[in-house]
Amino acid sequence: MAARPSSKYMTEGEAGLGLILVVGAFACALASARAVDAPFGVHMAMFALAAAAGFAALLKRYEGRPVEPAPQERDGRPNYNLGPVKFAAIAAMGWGIAGFTVGCIIAFQLWAPALNLGLEYTSFGRLRPLHTSAVIFAFGGNVLIGTSLYVVQRTCRARLAGDLAPWFVVLGYNLFIVVAGTGYLMGVTQSKEYAEPEWYADLWLTVVWVVYLLVFLGTIAKRREPHIFVANWFYLAFIVTIAMLHIVNNLAMPVSLLGSKSYPLFAGVQDALIQWWYGHNAVGFFLTAGFLAIMYYFVPKRAERPIYSYRLSIIHFWALIFMYIWAGPHHLHYTALPDWAQTLGMTFSIMLWMPSWGGMINGLMTLSGAWDRLRTDPVLRFMVVSLAFYGMATFEGPMMAIKAVNSLSHYTDWTIGHVHSGALGWVAYISFGALYCLVPWLWNRREVYSLKLVEWHFWISTLGIVLYISAMWVAGIMQGLMWRAYNDLGFLEYSFVETVEAMRPYYLVRALGGVLFLTGALIMAYNLAMTIAGRTADAGHPLPASPALPTAAGLAPAK
Amino acid sequence: MADTAHGGGRPDGPETTGHEWDGIAEYNNPLPRWWLYTLYATVVWSLCYWVAYPAWPLVSGYTGGVLGHSQRRAVLDEIAAVRRDREAGGQARLAGATVAEIRADPSLLRLALATGKAAFGDNCAACHGLSATGRTGYPNLQDDDWLWGGSPEEIERTIRFGARSGHGEAHGGDMPAFGRDGVLPRGEIEAVASYVLSLSGKPGFPGASLDKGAETFAATCAACHGEGAAGNPEAGAPNLTDAIWLYGSSPEQVAATVTDGRRGVMPAWEGRLDAATIKSLAVYVHGLGGGR
Repeated sequence: MAARPSSKYMTEGEAGLGLILVVGAFACALASARAVDAPFGVHMAMFALAAAAGFAALLKRYEGRPVEPAPQERDGRPNYNLGPVKFAAIAAMGWGIAGFTVGCIIAFQLWAPALNLGLEYTSFGRLRPLHTSAVIFAFGGNVLIGTSLYVVQRTCRARLAGDLAPWFVVLGYNLFIVVAGTGYLMGVTQSKEYAEPEWYADLWLTVVWVVYLLVFLGTIAKRREPHIFVANWFYLAFIVTIAMLHIVNNLAMPVSLLGSKSYPLFAGVQDALIQWWYGHNAVGFFLTAGFLAIMYYFVPKRAERPIYSYRLSIIHFWALIFMYIWAGPHHLHYTALPDWAQTLGMTFSIMLWMPSWGGMINGLMTLSGAWDRLRTDPVLRFMVVSLAFYGMATFEGPMMAIKAVNSLSHYTDWTIGHVHSGALGWVAYISFGALYCLVPWLWNRREVYSLKLVEWHFWISTLGIVLYISAMWVAGIMQGLMWRAYNDLGFLEYSFVETVEAMRPYYLVRALGGVLFLTGALIMAYNLAMTIAGRTADAGHPLPASPALPTAAGLAPAK
Repeated sequence: MADTAHGGGRPDGPETTGHEWDGIAEYNNPLPRWWLYTLYATVVWSLCYWVAYPAWPLVSGYTGGVLGHSQRRAVLDEIAAVRRDREAGGQARLAGATVAEIRADPSLLRLALATGKAAFGDNCAACHGLSATGRTGYPNLQDDDWLWGGSPEEIERTIRFGARSGHGEAHGGDMPAFGRDGVLPRGEIEAVASYVLSLSGKPGFPGASLDKGAETFAATCAACHGEGAAGNPEAGAPNLTDAIWLYGSSPEQVAATVTDGRRGVMPAWEGRLDAATIKSLAVYVHGLGGGR
């Protein structure tokens, strides 16, 4: 390739992607003009604009780049590709705040329904999937993609596979988020929980996800380490399983190729089972396996301690992978689902308890010998508390999967409390910890702008979580007990509307807890923005003894 | 890369796997005993559960479990048990008895009140409120002001067929739209609204002539509401002297009623609720305090 260094050519990838983007822009513009419903027209116009913008960015990048594409190594060290990671880190923070805000709005709507303003666009039914998708897929997804693209490079000592592909993954994924979110506001949904986007958005995500898998596998394939690091097993399990779940649960037939509506392939209880096989494994492989991968890199890195047990990691990894996939039917206890499927869902959920805890043990025990760091390092504290919440939620989950417990808890707000102890306590806290580590590393800073602000974030959001989950536990159990209260003549003691009325004060406490959590996230966004800007607030205070400073992994290598 | 076969570079630490990624080493500690034994215990428990209960799909059918449990049969048994209890409590007699008979028999009355309370919460509370105190447009059932009559039999009839519900036996008769249909000019509407408000001592439109309002009332309204404005349950015409205003008691609200008319709808419950439940609802509503 060095034959004619003076002239610059497009690579095959650049030319090919450029052609696809141009053709795609025209095809989407045409589909937009001929759309049979307005939301489809809007979405196709968005795809067309995105393709055109992508093409413009491609040309600009080509003009600006040197003749030779980015080298794999510089000065004998891997030339890590950090641009897409930086984008995902910033996107995660932005989406997190958007998702937490919408969560607070719908929490207040449950307390005072008039807050839906009487508009279809701001009604609970449309904002609720906006909240769940924004926090799980937009915030969580960007954290997972960003950290995975970082960790796989560092632990393989290899630059990311592909030149444009990593950018295609992060930008394409975020385009999917925008299409999904605007769709909910316009009333586009296939009414499958956590899988609401319609067929065309699903197809786009499938393309993005396959490229993501190829980038990840390609990087592992060219690794300069003899073994694959444990975090990468978990990331790979997450990527592969999510691909399978996404494709099977979204098998659907569009009513028109120029319209947004489709009908799923499965019907009745089969559809319900597929949906919860998807739904529970989204919890298992997106929110558990993926974030355990984050834990396996960032906890030992920040604590500067070896991982507690390789043996435990391998056993709990395979046990988790094998057990989780069976647990979905516990969402359908006491329904038309056959008894045998309910039994399997329940028993595998119970057997899942210890495999889940394996990750918590490995994370917490990694800190043995470094417990004193919890006093001085609030970033590490975020990660340790996240493991405690992880342990709590993965005990509560199997317990709620027991049919006798489920008969009380199901359909009540106890479930909402359970989900949020996992989502706020585990997923968000390990993400916060990882981002507080990652942002200084990516932008070559010694430490975040202010560790004191991290302290404030920690305590404010912890108080918020406690208010949230305790309100939902009390409210949910009360609700379940009221629903099942009979008088001596066999009549229900309470009508449904009485149980709704009884929930009201708890809804307010929950909403206030959410506001505290959001406040903490705003503090974090400020802190990270100042970090990127290169400011230091704690200049007068000595940083916690040097271990907090990233060493081998920390200061990003030659750019 | 791996400068240590031992923990974190300390010669006294536990053994590591001897490999390092980006500075991260791994100890090779054994599985915690309690962890492993708890895992085994959950597996053993699951095996026992599979033997006891329906568990594994076969080519056609599934393993039934030695306990012979079936969720569907358990539900049917429970429903049958509740039915039996209610029959024992006199439910069959409830369907056959008149409202008066129910009220005369303490045990039947107790069953009817329980049935009525549960049915009210599920079917009526959405409009009339949990405590049956109503709200604008939905009558209060606690007071003794009844549009269509407040005897137990009259209440039962209203529940069965409703008002303007589309059922052939439903109560009918609308409040006409005197203003919209051009029958009364705005000035007369204000006068008659002020007049009827004055009957319960409420202020009307400032400057409106009560005498003129009385004239209009006698000519236009008395046919349904009666000479003394005390209402007529036959026509569903409310009493206008009792300070109870279904659609609000401000002069503007009363004028709006006269201008645009009213035709509040109460659904017909016959066919949606069984006879015993409707009878129980009549007994329950009558017993709320305002029954006649």
